[in-house]
Amino acid sequence: MNEFSSLIQFSIAIPIVCAFLTLFVKNWGRPAVQILGVAGFAIPTILALLLWLWYDPSEPGGYAFVSNFDTGLGIIGASLHLGLNGLSLPLFVMASVVGLAAGIFAAQSKAENLHRYLFCLLIMQSGLLGVFSSIDVFYFYFFHELALIPTFIMIGVWGGRERNYAAMKVTIYLTLGAMLSLIGLIVLYSKSGADSFDLITLKETLAAQPLSESVQRYAFGLLLFGFGILVSLWPFHTWAPLGYGAAPSSVAMLHAGVLKKFGLYGLVQIAAPLLPQGVGLWEDWIIWLALGNVLVIGFICIAQRDLKQLIGYSSVMHMGYAFLGVAAMSALGAGGVVIMMVAHGLTVALLFQLTTLIHHRAGTFEMDEMGGLAKKAPVLAAFFVCAMMASIGLPGPGLANFWGELSIFLAVYDLRNWLIFAVVAGIVISAIYGLRAIARVFFGEETEAFQEAQKEIAVKDITWAERTPALILIVVLVFIGLFPKTITTSLNDALRSEPVYSQTASLEIDE
Amino acid sequence: MPVDTLQQIAETNSWGSIYPELILGILALALLALEVVLPKFAHGLIPRIAIIGQLVLLGYILFVDPTGCCSGEAFGGMLLLSPAGQAFRVFFLASSIFVSYLGMVSLANKQLPRIEFFHITLVITGALMLLAQANHFVMLFVALETATVGFYVLVSYFRNNVLSLEAGLKYLIMGALSSSILLFGIVLLYGAASNPALAGSSVDSLNFANLKVFLQANPTDVMALMGMLLVISGVAFKIGAFPFQIWIPDVYQGAPVPTTAFLSIASKAAGFAMLISLVNVFEPLTDWLTPLLVGIAALTILFGNFGALTQRNVKRLIGLSGVSHAGFLLIGVVASMSVEWALTAILFYLFAYLLASAAVFGVMVHMPKEDEAELSLDDFADLSKKNGFLGLALAIGIGSLAGIPPLAGFIGKLLIFVAAFEAELYGLLAVAVIGVVVSIYYYFGWLKYAFFEIWKFNDDEEDREEPVPGASLGLFGKLTLLLAIIGTALLGFYQSPLGNWLAGS
Repeated sequence: MNEFSSLIQFSIAIPIVCAFLTLFVKNWGRPAVQILGVAGFAIPTILALLLWLWYDPSEPGGYAFVSNFDTGLGIIGASLHLGLNGLSLPLFVMASVVGLAAGIFAAQSKAENLHRYLFCLLIMQSGLLGVFSSIDVFYFYFFHELALIPTFIMIGVWGGRERNYAAMKVTIYLTLGAMLSLIGLIVLYSKSGADSFDLITLKETLAAQPLSESVQRYAFGLLLFGFGILVSLWPFHTWAPLGYGAAPSSVAMLHAGVLKKFGLYGLVQIAAPLLPQGVGLWEDWIIWLALGNVLVIGFICIAQRDLKQLIGYSSVMHMGYAFLGVAAMSALGAGGVVIMMVAHGLTVALLFQLTTLIHHRAGTFEMDEMGGLAKKAPVLAAFFVCAMMASIGLPGPGLANFWGELSIFLAVYDLRNWLIFAVVAGIVISAIYGLRAIARVFFGEETEAFQEAQKEIAVKDITWAERTPALILIVVLVFIGLFPKTITTSLNDALRSEPVYSQTASLEIDE
Repeated sequence: MPVDTLQQIAETNSWGSIYPELILGILALALLALEVVLPKFAHGLIPRIAIIGQLVLLGYILFVDPTGCCSGEAFGGMLLLSPAGQAFRVFFLASSIFVSYLGMVSLANKQLPRIEFFHITLVITGALMLLAQANHFVMLFVALETATVGFYVLVSYFRNNVLSLEAGLKYLIMGALSSSILLFGIVLLYGAASNPALAGSSVDSLNFANLKVFLQANPTDVMALMGMLLVISGVAFKIGAFPFQIWIPDVYQGAPVPTTAFLSIASKAAGFAMLISLVNVFEPLTDWLTPLLVGIAALTILFGNFGALTQRNVKRLIGLSGVSHAGFLLIGVVASMSVEWALTAILFYLFAYLLASAAVFGVMVHMPKEDEAELSLDDFADLSKKNGFLGLALAIGIGSLAGIPPLAGFIGKLLIFVAAFEAELYGLLAVAVIGVVVSIYYYFGWLKYAFFEIWKFNDDEEDREEPVPGASLGLFGKLTLLLAIIGTALLGFYQSPLGNWLAGS
């Protein structure tokens, strides 16, 4: 028991408490609900930053802030075992930051029944923080579902066009993915002989006695496709653009930014270390499907006319790199995946928020009906350019995405030399659609449709209330971009202690 | 029968050990007496007396006698008292209290006899309790018939409603058929196990322990196998397992809501109580029994879920979804043959199912609809706007039935899945996953009506003053629903109280 371990428990519990409180203060007016809602996101963020500051992985298994609580599932060897290691700490912090941005943005939205909207969003946040701080594999899954259920409700109730269809499709796809991964986790529990869902125990047991090849094959297969559906692995990605297109923007921010990382995190933290042989057996599958993500979805992105769909598809596309990083099975690849998850989470949340702001001004997501917005809203344009540059991963070491993609590319080169061409082609594709989107929305002449729309909407630049969440995301993005060591040091230590990852190259690019 | 045998039997009569059943019987009779004694204006008190009496009994069992006062055989081997039996007692009592409450709401403004409903509910509950502890085929059959005859009446209780009468007739015919199949199976078992020429035969061959000894000695006896098959078929009727689920949609639709709830909660659980003890008896026949149950479970899950997909009538939907739940529970039963703690998983699942069903039926009974047999998904449109509390209760109940974390239903499903995996039932697990995914479609479809705005054709009916759902929701109704919601949510997060009690039982 660490003296700060209760901070994790608080950061999971506070959003839930605030969620229920918002239901009670709704009669005190909108400001009370807003303040309480934002507090529910802000306090865990402060706690997460403190945990980042005080992080010291001295406890068994390389974890810090460990606490254990038996809820009564001892019969299947599950208990609420919380803690953070080098892999989960960056994601935990990222989840809290994106949550704060989404929360502030949601609080100022014009949603009907704001208290219920914030209620759902706070429950989601609590689940997200739980996912990344669970050492127990069962609770890792449990918290994911806790975060997922509000998503369905929020898409269905507060969503945009096609929300009914989107909510149903997202629900069914993600339930299928979740069920497959649940069965995969049960395989780990049962076949390992550990009779425990505890990740540390599982690691020890399987290190001493690895599973047979056939078990590894189907266990990893279940986890790969289960998690894969959740991470929108091609060709199981169709729910993602549709769902993000229909979802209210705060939900899209939280889901695309944080919740979708659940599957990748599961692969890097659980599946790959426990089933190293399984990764090798499925390596070709991962490579080809991930190439589907990068190239096929990349071309779809180029053809996309709808800005929000474009962001949705681009987030699907970037997941391809992450899968390749997982397949590399090296400390460099896995580390790159984690950095990329953090950076991509911040970036895509930022993009979804800015896209909504553009929609407020242009009244549409159709890029053909915009143009010249930079003159009317220069600061918004600057933010968007910054976010899109980060998303492409191109411009030098100023933004966090670059480090993640660079490490993945190096790892992928070790995996299959020729893959580097495909991956670089992906970068070119990203640059094409990203820069074209910027050009169409912000530069050039105003289209007639946009001039028509301006008669009804007075186009202003981004307000301070709208700037706050965007600035939070940008500041963290730039901070990690300039000082990647703040997360890579602990990440590197955690990955070095994983014997299954090849150590020929490690994450020391920042030195 | 010689006198000393009778004396010997009489010595094992431990009346004190079946005090819950006795109290229920006395309470049932007292209700009838009170109807005669009390003046007419005070008759409204009688259902309350029934509910309070049961609550006191439940409280006594839970807090004073949680694991059962006695154990071992009683009444000459007719009953086997066990902690698991005590768990089933609590289950039936809780469902009976809930059904009595539903009855009170449902009968409030109907020109029908009232008191008999509560009387019969109590009698059925007592019979089901005995059924769960039966250790002898005669006891099993008598208890089962007592409950089934009671259900005949309850199903057709709305005697001025055609659908209710139709349901009653269908249930009568199907019930009689299933009872006769069961009886035929019992007779075959009796015939086989009483044959003095065979090893392990005994005079009292219908006693579960004696029968098991016989089956161990003759695991390939054809007559015994036929008997086993027929007995399992008879039980499959009760739990609504494939291919004996055909009666469920019609009967559930026509029966009054309280009866539907009683059938889908208590009657189903009673079938599983029987099945758990029968699986133990038929253990020597595992080679035949396991494939049989595996096949039934897989087809039950598939039929229930795919059948429910297209239903718009709520009671038919809940009936078919109940069929799929029977399938999931059957997985647990199959697993319990090789995994010891699977029994705990089944009981946990049943309690989670009870709480979730309580929430769903509790909402259904408060929907304003003249003919409740016609209650369809459209009637739930915009429920969350009209009455947020009922909407929440429905969401939690359905979410738990669908097995969505962090609700109790998810933990139940998880325990069953883990048990099934440990029992190496991989094929069944695959079917179960398909079932869960399909079920999301109709459960979620129901919630869609209640929560999402559905574009409606604006015809003349819109102008009519619509009754508000939940107008009949009194303090007691709110408390009942609140209990179901909180129980469901709490068990999802913190399972210790129920889990430890069940594991101890």
